Amino acid sequence: MNATLLLARRELSTYLNTWWGWVILFLVLLIDGLLFNAVAVTNKAQYSADVLEKFFYFSSGTTMIAGIVLTIKLLAEERQSGTMVLLESAPVTEGQVVAGKFLGAWGFLMLVTALTIYMPALIQLNGKVSWAQIGAGYLGLACLGAATISIGTFASALAKNQVLSAILGGVFLVLMLLGWLLSSQTEAPISGVLAYIALYDRHFQPFMRGRINTEDLVYYASVVFAFLLLSTRVLQARRWK
Amino acid sequence: MIEVDHLSRYYGQHRAVDDVSFQIGDNTVVGFLGLNGAGKTTTLKVIAGLLPPSAGTVRVDGVDMATAPESFRKSIGFLPETPPLYVEQTVTEFLRFVGQLRGVAAAEVERRIPEVIERCQLKGREHWVIDELSHGYRKRVGIAATILHKPKLVILDEPISGLDPEQIIEMRKVIRDLGKECTVLVSSHILPEVRQTCDRVLVLRKGRIVYAGAERDLHSHGEGHLVRVGVRGTSADLLAVLKAMPNVRSATVEGEADGVVDVLVSLIGDQREELIAALVGAGQRVRRVEDARDDLEQTFLDLTREGAA
Repeated sequence: MNATLLLARRELSTYLNTWWGWVILFLVLLIDGLLFNAVAVTNKAQYSADVLEKFFYFSSGTTMIAGIVLTIKLLAEERQSGTMVLLESAPVTEGQVVAGKFLGAWGFLMLVTALTIYMPALIQLNGKVSWAQIGAGYLGLACLGAATISIGTFASALAKNQVLSAILGGVFLVLMLLGWLLSSQTEAPISGVLAYIALYDRHFQPFMRGRINTEDLVYYASVVFAFLLLSTRVLQARRWK
Repeated sequence: MIEVDHLSRYYGQHRAVDDVSFQIGDNTVVGFLGLNGAGKTTTLKVIAGLLPPSAGTVRVDGVDMATAPESFRKSIGFLPETPPLYVEQTVTEFLRFVGQLRGVAAAEVERRIPEVIERCQLKGREHWVIDELSHGYRKRVGIAATILHKPKLVILDEPISGLDPEQIIEMRKVIRDLGKECTVLVSSHILPEVRQTCDRVLVLRKGRIVYAGAERDLHSHGEGHLVRVGVRGTSADLLAVLKAMPNVRSATVEGEADGVVDVLVSLIGDQREELIAALVGAGQRVRRVEDARDDLEQTFLDLTREGAA
């Protein structure tokens, strides 16, 4: 089996075979369910499309938080527990290690995200939404999740322990989210650049409304690629230091 | 054949490995000796491809670490002092993962797992979660994972550290058996271990090899074989006899009581029988001849101490 897929499978099975993964899964579903109940079950008349948009809005928050929490252990724990030597002494590249870890964590996050499908299904049962909006929203969550996992992977590659990994991951994520706020305080062309690199506002909201823009897909792919490349470089630098 | 050629490794300005060169033939167990801080672990990590050398080359059967790193890593098995294990997995799951990670085909991994379990005396523990295993068994799982891909060179860093006496005896057998199918480099600062398991020794001091050869030849590199001789007579007569002997490097009077003189004699090599014969032949009334200190230990200290040649 390809080393990247082997590492991804191991990572995925680690989430499924330890309490860590199940706790994250349980909390995400619980929080999403509670928020859905608060937003969707009201006396006020609402368009189904608006309810679905709100669902994707709060799901994006839990997806990002879960993404960072899932990546805390990815590389920092290997370093902390001394198992990194297994990967370093094996005939695999740093790029394969990073890609495998990323895919494993992303795969688990997508599994958790997929389990929220009953909420859009309930909207569909009690109202009328297009499957295209549901599909676009989930594609957005997949993109946002991938970007968050890649940011967390980078933090985990930098950190010596899991606590530091969590802090760094949170800081990087907030910085990436705050781009829109900073853009409103700056002038062109910097404001344009900051608005473009912001992780959420400009690039995720179209997905919530059922629109898939190539520009947004390219943006998320670029974020993932950039942070995974940085993670690989960090591992290489640590190895050859 | 393992060839290490002018290997050096710096940490900033500190030279941890200093121009190390040696060759090891196939199916040999080599002891890598040195006091703590001598540079053993750094040298082993460089040889294992975990750290890049600042200078020099390492080749295993002609495969160069620098030019073919992936092929090189396939031919190496490295076990650090604390075995790297995914403790939430069972022994079999872990071995399966490590085997595939090292590029062994899935079918071959399944064939090899029972072999390494047998070799590392893990029978009956195959399905145990590693977290539930004792320290000794964890070491064995580490060795099993290290040899699963049939490496040409197995590097074991302090394999007996933390083991109880029974586990040490079992580990010696595992290491000796490993030497039948590959070259084994064992680091240790416990000298009797080297004697028990190794065909050759490399002694490291401040990152430099100060001795490379067979353990039996190690005596000639130190101050010699130290024996304590007790003779009824005078120290002057005894010293005169000893100084006339070609195999005596030095003789020092340690004490004289009740007409018996005790002299510490440094011999060139193990020539105790010749010494006794010469003393008796010279009319000395020999009361006792005993080893003053362990040969290897003495030589090891001679080689590794500060300021030694």
